[in-house]
Amino acid sequence: MEFPTALVLNAIIAGLLLGGFYAAVSVGISISFGMLDVVNIAHPAFIILGSYVAYIVNERMGLDPIAVSVVLSPLFFVLGLLLYRIYYLCFEKRGQESLRGLAFFFGILFITEVALVLIFGVDYRMVQTAYSETTWRLGPVDFPMRLVVPFLVSVTMVVGVQLFLTHTFFGRAVLAVAQDQLALRLMGVNPTRVKGLAFALSIATAGVAGAFLIVIQPVQPALGREYIGLVFAVCVLGGMGSIWGTLLGAFVLGIAESFTSTFFGPSWAPAVSFGLLLAALAFKPSGLLGR
Amino acid sequence: MSNRTFAAAAFTIALAIVVASRFIPNDYFFSAAYTVLQFIILATAWNILGGYTGYVNFGSAAFFAVGAYSTVFLYKALHPPLPVMILAGTLAAGVLGLAVGYLTLRMRGVFFAIATLALSVVLYTFVVNWDYVGGARGAYILQPREVPFGLRRYIHLLYSAMVLMTALALVVARAIETSFIGRGLAAIRDDELAAECAGVPTLRLKLFSATVSGALMGMAGTTFPFYLSYVEPSAAFNLSYAVNSIAMPLIGGMMSWVGPLIGAVLLGTVQQVVQVTISSAWNLLIVGVLLVLFVTLAPNGIMGWVDAWRRRRKR
Amino acid sequence: MNRLTTWFSAGLLALSLALAAPVHAQQPLKIGFGMSLTGPLAGNGKAALIAMQIWAEDVNAKGGILGRKVELVYYDDQTNPSTVPSIYNKLLDVDKVDLLVSGYGTNVIAPAMPIVMQRNMAFMGLFGLNVNSKFNYDRYFQIMPAGPEPAIGWTQGFFDTAMALAPKPQTIALVGADAEYPALALEGARAQAKRTGLKVVYDKTYPPNTVDFSPILRAIQATNPDLVFVASYPPDSAGMVRAANEVGLKTRMFGGGMVGPQFAALKTQLGPLLNGIVNYETFAPDVAGKFPFLDQFLAKYQGRAVKEGVDPLGFYLPPYAYAMMQVLEQSIKAVGALDQAKLADYMHTYEFDTFVGKVRFAKNGEWAVPRMLTVQYHGIAGNDLEQWMKPGHVTVLAPASYKTGAIMAPYHDNKK
Repeated sequence: MEFPTALVLNAIIAGLLLGGFYAAVSVGISISFGMLDVVNIAHPAFIILGSYVAYIVNERMGLDPIAVSVVLSPLFFVLGLLLYRIYYLCFEKRGQESLRGLAFFFGILFITEVALVLIFGVDYRMVQTAYSETTWRLGPVDFPMRLVVPFLVSVTMVVGVQLFLTHTFFGRAVLAVAQDQLALRLMGVNPTRVKGLAFALSIATAGVAGAFLIVIQPVQPALGREYIGLVFAVCVLGGMGSIWGTLLGAFVLGIAESFTSTFFGPSWAPAVSFGLLLAALAFKPSGLLGR
Repeated sequence: MSNRTFAAAAFTIALAIVVASRFIPNDYFFSAAYTVLQFIILATAWNILGGYTGYVNFGSAAFFAVGAYSTVFLYKALHPPLPVMILAGTLAAGVLGLAVGYLTLRMRGVFFAIATLALSVVLYTFVVNWDYVGGARGAYILQPREVPFGLRRYIHLLYSAMVLMTALALVVARAIETSFIGRGLAAIRDDELAAECAGVPTLRLKLFSATVSGALMGMAGTTFPFYLSYVEPSAAFNLSYAVNSIAMPLIGGMMSWVGPLIGAVLLGTVQQVVQVTISSAWNLLIVGVLLVLFVTLAPNGIMGWVDAWRRRRKR
Repeated sequence: MNRLTTWFSAGLLALSLALAAPVHAQQPLKIGFGMSLTGPLAGNGKAALIAMQIWAEDVNAKGGILGRKVELVYYDDQTNPSTVPSIYNKLLDVDKVDLLVSGYGTNVIAPAMPIVMQRNMAFMGLFGLNVNSKFNYDRYFQIMPAGPEPAIGWTQGFFDTAMALAPKPQTIALVGADAEYPALALEGARAQAKRTGLKVVYDKTYPPNTVDFSPILRAIQATNPDLVFVASYPPDSAGMVRAANEVGLKTRMFGGGMVGPQFAALKTQLGPLLNGIVNYETFAPDVAGKFPFLDQFLAKYQGRAVKEGVDPLGFYLPPYAYAMMQVLEQSIKAVGALDQAKLADYMHTYEFDTFVGKVRFAKNGEWAVPRMLTVQYHGIAGNDLEQWMKPGHVTVLAPASYKTGAIMAPYHDNKK
């Protein structure tokens, strides 16, 4: 096995770009699952929903899908608020979240999928953007804009979420919810409201990630299932509830995947990624940057 | 009822069902019933680890596939009789179950669930790249032309085997539940640390229940290649096995062996009926809505309802 | 417990009532099948269903078959093979259908085979790949034009075209998805490489849900192959084509076995990126002259497809789904009865005149002569659908009797 410099450099860049995308799809899970203990297995379904929203606006009005998704993210925020309200009333209030919540979100996953099938049909959908076919070349290294643009917006979004969580009152309240709900209550903050807003934030990120997804690859309603394993893997590998960890975990998985693909055989990429996850769980259960 | 009486009763009923079914002229009954029975085993087996012990296994499909692919392997290598293949698949899945049992040493709760999911992906990749059992291409497993016991078709044999295996799964689940093992597992579920301190051999019990649970799930998969005649990884590792084996006990109730049975019969039958009546995107919707409704309205499953109702009547 | 038993028996009773078949007097001619209406292959399944419904309407407008109206009885197999045995048993034992055809693709055809074989039914397959090689069932027929040896027939055109290049290519890279169709196509490509003496310098597969294909294409480029053969499904075809563009792939021929560019979705979305790619098609407007009457069907199909949200072109699968039904129709009319043995016999012996041309079946039920078109896309500008409906952008390279032009090689020169 040879490792020519150009291939190695390209593998690193491709891995980072891919990792940036993975971070975007997983950061929501990092909030809902990592911080709030809500096992939102339907998260990928909302990503697909985001893809279709971006698609339809792009199709009708020719606007850039990623810009659209950022502008429309408040819609997803509201959807998240509603969903959490139902979840809270039905499960958290009764104190029996985890497993039943899981089944609940499975149900939501199926319902979302069917809704998309009924509205949009089952065909693959894609979008065309101004940068879809542009590639920058820096010496031997390629920077395809189709991946660079989502990467940049994604990293901005993830860093933004992190700064928001550490530098605003509300954000710190979310972090506090993750640690000690009682203390928060004693300080006069309503943990349910904080959790609801945080969950809504996680769904808003899903909407934006959906736009990235459809810029990168064709989308059909059942595609979300493919991402269930990945989003949880990134979140757990990075460390529960750590946004930096999520970013790092996503980069690690992205680079692992691109190296396996380049040098060994793409077929083994999932085994390598999930093998890494298993090893992390077995030897450092708190993840790379876990609490 | 003692476990022995129960076992005797279960197997007698199973045999009676097998014999009585011979008079059903309709093959649809057999293939539909086969699917429902397969889900009863999966749900019952999942519940031994998930319901009794509190460890949520997300990788039911992996165990099912180990059972199925062990059959594919033996079919290609030695072509032994069906009972041997069933036994071998059960053992192989049991070994995997033991390995998963060791995972519980280091992780609990959702981490354990994610680990089983990861394990499932890793196994899937191995099967896809294992050419001997067909790899991504899939393998053809032909049903033998000759059917023993004077049965009309091979599906009748598969169905009969499934009925007996279902009885076995239920007997095992009930035996575990009513014995000291079941009480130990319940203690682990409620508070593992406290159980450990109270002298419950937690590790051994967890290993035991993970092994039995895995073995039974694998057993459900051993006849699958013959049922389909063609196995490929995405069919054997289908998400529906993981989802159903969690959803069914949840709908039925997870505290006793009756719950998964009721849940599987109910949800399995609904799926079969919906598939041939509505037959469009709406059928997935019905499963989804059913799932959401049940977990919101009947949080302890149907058995939870029944128990609450009984308690009220006693008062 | 007593109450439980009561409920249980009530349930059983309801079930048995549901299973009992109603009795009809003057019945329509029922044709049963499972079809993927949900799940990953639903796009193709729905398109095929529309074609078959159009066929049924056409036939009924002409008074049906043998004086009986035709009725299609179908269930959604959810693209999940494990639903297939119950569907076919229900069709046979409860719905009492007169004839069976298959759903779309190998995965759902194979599980139906043992059931069909037990009942000795004639069985038309819709795009199954070499299903009969293991079953050897003499009443199985298949409408996909891959020829008696599907793996070889599928790849023949690509390799014939390649070996006619001057100078002769020496090396080839093979890549495909980890799934049933790509695995078979790659198997065929390996055999072809051996036959033609090409050196295989790269031979790897990737998981179907791969997001970024550029690492794979860079690894391929590093081996500097003369030819790149790709066997992929729609999402990865799109990924491959885009990555080839981004990496700036340099090779003489690229493509071969990509599923996806046959459909409007990928044709319009990828647009100019498809220029230079050599791939297989089952129909092209450039050879419409060889498919008389097909335009009438396509006009009907295209109107409905837009409403149903499926492939608005309908070049790939729908004409063949329609032709499959035509084969049945012509056989029944000629035999004059629904005798399965005679039907199968007739289908083995005679040639059929269908919307997709003349069809004759080989001993194993495949087309006697392969008729996969090997084409090259060129001169595509922009992303509109109109240009694909007219001749001029899809050169047919093989088979010889359909050839409309010469290949433009190397691949990367088409990018300028």
